[in-house]
Amino acid sequence: MANPLLKIEDLHAAVQGKEILRGIDLAVGAGEVHAIMGPNGSGKSTLAGVLAGRDSYAVTAGRVTYAGQDLLEMAPEDRASAGVFLAFQYPVEIPGVGNLYFLRAALNAQRRQRGEEELDAADFLQLAKKRMRLLEMDDTLTRRAVNEGFSGGEKKRNEIFQMAMLEPKLAILDETDSGLDIDALKIVAQGVNALRDAQRAMLVITHYQRLLNYIVPDYVHVLSAGRIVKSGGKELALELEEKGYGWLEPEAAAV
Amino acid sequence: MSAATLTAPPAPAVYTVPDAAYERAFAAIAARAGEPAVLRQLRRSAFAQLQQRGFPTSKHEEYRQTNLAAVLQRSAFALPERPGAATLREAERAAQPGAAFGGPQLTFVDGHFTPELSRLNSLPAGVRAGGLLSANDAGDDRLARLGELADIGGENTLAAFNTAFFGDGAWVEIAPGAQVDAQIEIVHLATGGAGVPTMAHPRQLILAGRGSRAKVVETYLSLNGAAHLTNAVTEIFVAENAELEHARLQQENTAACHISAVHSRQAADSRLRLHALTFGGALTRNDVVTVLNGPGAEALLNGLYVAEGRQHVDNHTVLDHAEPRGASREYYRGILDGQATTAFRGRILVRPDAQHTDAVQSDKNLLLSSDCTANADPQLEIRADDVRCTHGATFGQIDEEALFYLRSRGVGAEMARHLLIFAFAAEALGRLNPSPLRTRLETELFSRWTGLTPPEGAEASGG
Repeated sequence: MANPLLKIEDLHAAVQGKEILRGIDLAVGAGEVHAIMGPNGSGKSTLAGVLAGRDSYAVTAGRVTYAGQDLLEMAPEDRASAGVFLAFQYPVEIPGVGNLYFLRAALNAQRRQRGEEELDAADFLQLAKKRMRLLEMDDTLTRRAVNEGFSGGEKKRNEIFQMAMLEPKLAILDETDSGLDIDALKIVAQGVNALRDAQRAMLVITHYQRLLNYIVPDYVHVLSAGRIVKSGGKELALELEEKGYGWLEPEAAAV
Repeated sequence: MSAATLTAPPAPAVYTVPDAAYERAFAAIAARAGEPAVLRQLRRSAFAQLQQRGFPTSKHEEYRQTNLAAVLQRSAFALPERPGAATLREAERAAQPGAAFGGPQLTFVDGHFTPELSRLNSLPAGVRAGGLLSANDAGDDRLARLGELADIGGENTLAAFNTAFFGDGAWVEIAPGAQVDAQIEIVHLATGGAGVPTMAHPRQLILAGRGSRAKVVETYLSLNGAAHLTNAVTEIFVAENAELEHARLQQENTAACHISAVHSRQAADSRLRLHALTFGGALTRNDVVTVLNGPGAEALLNGLYVAEGRQHVDNHTVLDHAEPRGASREYYRGILDGQATTAFRGRILVRPDAQHTDAVQSDKNLLLSSDCTANADPQLEIRADDVRCTHGATFGQIDEEALFYLRSRGVGAEMARHLLIFAFAAEALGRLNPSPLRTRLETELFSRWTGLTPPEGAEASGG
C-alpha cells in the first residue's frame, strides 16, 4: 500500500502509567474494512480511543499518520472534521441537549472547519429522515435528549445514525455489537454496510466473530497483550470462533 | 467543681433586634390612613414579633450558611413612596420586553401596585386578580387569609418583617373549575436608591379553586445596578383536585439582597408545580414550605440556581407530607462559577398518617471553578412506616466523557463545554410545562453560555 489512509507505526500507549498498547503496526487503505479482534484487556478499546483522541491515554511511542497528517497532534474535534469517527462502546447520555440539535451542531461545525457551507434546518431534517429510515429508527428518538433513556440497542443504532449523517472517511466501531440482540445487530450491520464504499475505511473492533457474519471484513487482525499477533483474511475470524484466542498465546510470546 | 463550670456560657445570639430606624419606618406605616382594621392589627402584631425576636443570625440553625441579620442590620433601608412619573417611564421599559407575555399582568414598583403598568382589563374567565389592598372587591375574607400559612406567630420573623412593611400585594384567585391557559404574570421592579438602599416587601396571595388549572409567574427585576432589599412572601392555597404551576424567577442585580418565602398548602388530589429559578442577587435566601394536606396530593419542587462572582444563594425547602398517598418530586440544580457559594437544605417530613408517601429529592451541583463552594443538607424525618423516600446530592465538574463525546463528533472544545453547561440548566427548565417563560429562559441561557441564538430543538426536556 503506497499511501494508506491510516498508518499506525510502533504505537505504544499507557493508561495511568500502565502500558496497554505495546507496539501496534497497521495500515488501512481507503475502502477497506479491517476487523480487530482480541480477548478482553488486549487493548482493542484503547486503540480506538487513541485514534479518536481520548486524552486519558498517553501515547508513549510511535506515530499515526492519517491522510498524510500526524493524527496524534490533532484535537478530537479536528480529527472529526478530517473524517475520523468513533462509534462508542458506551455512548454518553447528555440530558438537556436535543439529539438532532447536537447532530446538526456537530455536522455544521465540521462543515465550517472544512470550509463548506452549513446545512440549513430543512435540508438537515430531510437528510436525517432518510438516514433514520436506514437504521429503522423510531421518530421519537430524535426528539429526545442525546441518548437519554435510550436502550442499549437504541444507543448503538444512534451511533450508526450519527455516522451515517457525518459521513466519515475512517469509521472506528468499538464493540458496536455488544449488548445487541440478533435483530438489532442485523439492522446496525445493514446500516454499516450501506455506508461501505470505495472511499471509506472502517476499523471494526469486536470480541466476537458474530458481527463479522454481517459486516464481512477484508482483513482480520488479532490483538493480544497490546500487539497484533496475527493478521489474515476473513477466514481468520472463523478460525478464532472455532479455536478461541488461546492458541495464539504462544505466538504472542514468541514475538 | 468550681463555680465557673456551673455557669453556662452565654447563649450565642440567635437573633438581633432591629434598630430604631425600623421603628421609625414602621411608625409611618402604622399612621397610614385608610387601611382596614384587620390589616392594622396584623401589622402591629407582626412588628411586635419582629421587635421581640429580631432578625436571624448565623447562630440560628436554619441560617447557618446565611447571616441575614448582618445584612439587615448593616444599614437602614429606605421604604420608597409610590413611583413618580420618571420612575414609571423607566419601569415601563423594564416591565415590557422580557417580563410580559401578553397575558394578564400585575406590576409592582418597590412593592407598590402600579395599575398603569398592569394589564387586568381582559382577565380570562374564572380569574380574579389585583392589588391585595387596592382591589375593589370586598376583600375582608382575603385579608383574613394573610399569614395563615406564613406563620407570622412563630419563629419566622422574616415573614413578620414582610407583613409589617408590605406596600400592597398581588392577589390571584382562580374560580373552581376554571381552566386558564394564559400565564398570569406578577412583576416586581425595584428602583434601588441613590445612596441609601431601598427595600420592598412583595406579597402574594394565590388561591386555586377546586378542580381549576392555572399558571402564575412571579418575576423579580432591578431597574438599575443599585443595591436594594427584597423580602417577598407568597402564600398559595390549592384546593381539591386543582392544578397550579407557579414559577418564581429572580433576575435582580448582583448588588441586591433577595429573601423569599413560598408557603403552600394542598388539598386532596391537587397538583402543584413550584419552580424556584435564581439568577440574580448578591445574596439570596429562598424558603419553600409546602404541605401536602390532603390524600393523593402531588408536589414538584424544581429549583435552578446559577451563581458566579461572589454571589451567594441559599435554598431551604420543607416538604410536609401530612396525608396518605402523597407524591413529591424535588430536584434542585446549581451551576456555580467564580467564588460563588450556595447552600441547599431539603427537609422531607412524613407524618404518621402519611402512609404510602412517595418522595424523591435530589440536589446536583455543577462546579465550574475551583473557588466556588456548594453545600447540601438533606433531612429526612419519617414517622410513617410504609413509604418510599429517596434523596441524593452530587457535586461535580463537567463530565469529561461527555465532553469527549461532543468533541469526537466535531464540536469544538469550548462550545462543547458551553453546551454541557447549558444542558445542565436545560434539564431543569425542561420541568416547566411548555410556556413562553420556558422558551425565553432557554433562549437566554443558551445565549449566556454559547453566545449564540438557539435554533429550534436545541433543548430537550428533562422529564
